[in-house]
Amino acid sequence: MNAPAGPFGRPLAALATVVALVLVVAGCGTGDPSGSARTERVTSLTVLDYYTDTTEHAHWGELLTSCGKKAGVTIEHRSVPGPSLVPTVVRQATAGTLPDLLMLDNPDLQEIARSGVLTPLRTYGIRTDGFVSGIVSAGTYQGEVYGLAPTVNTLALYYNKDMLAEAGVTVPRTWNELREAARATTRPGRHGLAVDADASFESTFQFLPFLWSNGGDEQRLDTPQAAAALRLWTDLVRDGSMSRSVLTWNQANVHEQFLGGKAAMMVNGPWRMTELEKAKGLRWGVAPLPVPRAGTSLVTPLGGEVWTVPRNDSQARRIKAAQVLDCLNDPTSMQTLATWHHTVPSRKDVAARYAKQVPSMAAFVESVRGARARTRELGPAWPKTATAIQTAVQAAVSGRQTPEEALRHAQRTATGS
Amino acid sequence: MRSARLRAPDTEGRLRVQPAAAVRARRRDTVVRAAFLTPAAVYLLLFLGRPLVDNIEASLRESTATTLLRGRAPFTGPDNHVRLLASDEFWRAAAITGLYTAGSLVAQFTAGLALALFFHRRFPLGRLVRSLMLLPWLMPLVATGTAWRWMLDADDGVVNEALRALHLVTSDVPWLTGTQEALWSVVLVNTWVGIPFNTALLYTGLQAIPPQTDEAAQLDGAGPVRRFRFITWPQLRPTAAVVLVLGVIYTLRAPDVVLALTGGGPAGATQTLAVLAFEQAYTQYEFGRAAATGNVLVLVSLVLALIHLSALRRARRL
Repeated sequence: MNAPAGPFGRPLAALATVVALVLVVAGCGTGDPSGSARTERVTSLTVLDYYTDTTEHAHWGELLTSCGKKAGVTIEHRSVPGPSLVPTVVRQATAGTLPDLLMLDNPDLQEIARSGVLTPLRTYGIRTDGFVSGIVSAGTYQGEVYGLAPTVNTLALYYNKDMLAEAGVTVPRTWNELREAARATTRPGRHGLAVDADASFESTFQFLPFLWSNGGDEQRLDTPQAAAALRLWTDLVRDGSMSRSVLTWNQANVHEQFLGGKAAMMVNGPWRMTELEKAKGLRWGVAPLPVPRAGTSLVTPLGGEVWTVPRNDSQARRIKAAQVLDCLNDPTSMQTLATWHHTVPSRKDVAARYAKQVPSMAAFVESVRGARARTRELGPAWPKTATAIQTAVQAAVSGRQTPEEALRHAQRTATGS
Repeated sequence: MRSARLRAPDTEGRLRVQPAAAVRARRRDTVVRAAFLTPAAVYLLLFLGRPLVDNIEASLRESTATTLLRGRAPFTGPDNHVRLLASDEFWRAAAITGLYTAGSLVAQFTAGLALALFFHRRFPLGRLVRSLMLLPWLMPLVATGTAWRWMLDADDGVVNEALRALHLVTSDVPWLTGTQEALWSVVLVNTWVGIPFNTALLYTGLQAIPPQTDEAAQLDGAGPVRRFRFITWPQLRPTAAVVLVLGVIYTLRAPDVVLALTGGGPAGATQTLAVLAFEQAYTQYEFGRAAATGNVLVLVSLVLALIHLSALRRARRL
């Protein structure tokens, strides 16, 4: 900024001097002139994530502190709201103030890793044997693993046992059974099924298991398989088995519908279970999502957050951060996290043990095994396609376009500039 | 400003014959005046000028999450703007913004003016009701949006329930889920939010009109409609212009009502330019393109503000 001439010149110059002084002093405080691992003693690490929920923030704080203690450091834990995490990271990267340990939602990892601000975990001797393949692929960019998640999640079908029994239907395993069960459980003031089809990435996440299990592919959206998957949703709405209001419901609203007895079944993640367990008088169960035909295999999208070590000029700090990351991903930590938040441990053996301890999680543990990372095929190009899919879902469910038209349009926008 | 310039030659002429003490006093005067201006100037430069310059700079570069993280967003000149103006989604959003703004403004202003005229008459509890009127304006927009989302829910929203009970509709109105209806629903809610603002300002404008003119017209036998048209309205016009211009600027730039109600859906049916910019920045991480969209909004607002200022100047000259 140039100080303008005239009567304002002097005060502005003074202000600029003060600002510059503050910056210099602050810079001296946190800077790392040596960069050498041997001479520097690291006593504290900064951590950034999006766990702003009070309970979740406290849980993670507890785990991070105990992992930090093992590594001999204290932790400065900071959480920002989900949508502003990546913009915050961008700002910090340009200012050179990235945290020592950074959490990312797994579909965002590719874009951040591509820009070179993350360090490969291999350099710290962190191995990924025994982890669910989906999460390893989500954390991998061009053959290098940059992020690892202690626990993961995916989607499954929650059902109200009483409503299914009253309608005389069993838990649906195939799409036909799903349509039948949804129709049979629909009553005045109640819908058979609730999904998320709102104007956000959440609806893309919810549509993917239907798209993928039917052989649809995010690289070619204008296929008959993709159209058939979308038609399942539009048919459910046309039947009246699913409310048109799904267009405005996020996953939390879907949960409210189910909790309030306004939906007999819902598609949702395991993070809802804590609240469902508290609900009195609601008898519910969870099953893997129905597949197109008996015998077809279920492919669901993998959810969960990966931990990364951003690049900075202090090797000592990075090594400490990697120790904490390794501790977060050890079997005990993931078991603790899974129990706290009803998520699935990402090590297969820990998950199998966990499913035996918590039977209601079995459907999720089973689905996670075949779950797929959203960025597996498109990498950093995923957000654009995710937007195209979300728009297609909305266009078809609202009846503005047929599923075929909507997906043709989606394919054009996903591949266009 | 203008009066100072007009006086300038006169003071300069006198300066030559004035003693040194007077010159020093005058200089001190200038310094004091500058000191009073400095806080405002610094504030404007830091908090309005700087972000504006930053926004323009971001829009001239390929600013995405990747390029910014790499620390070098290549300069691409008007590329972001060209691509934006060539895209269908921009023009669709522009058309939606036009309908949204025009619809909200006409409704807000009409209702606001009617209410202001109503409260202008004195009646018991008038003051209390008038302050209660401000409530929608004071409520956080997220709360407003959520409450309206419940009320407008197609299945069990209170609006549809009322319509059903009154036998006004045969099937549920898809307020937020119909691609046609959603836009009018966001206009409705934005109108509800904006009425207090319009009422408050127009009411103040009405209070400032000397009552004698109206009384004189009344004595001359003018009816209420003629009195409003020829006495009240011409004197209210400057206030009305301020209300309308501020209303347009606010409606253009704020994505919050739409985001809380529909998120821009269904299928982009309520995606205004402000919502588009928000989406480009926070879900696509296309900061450069979002900045270009922002520039368009700033430019439109600026043009409106200039028209408004020149209209005010002309009104003052008359």
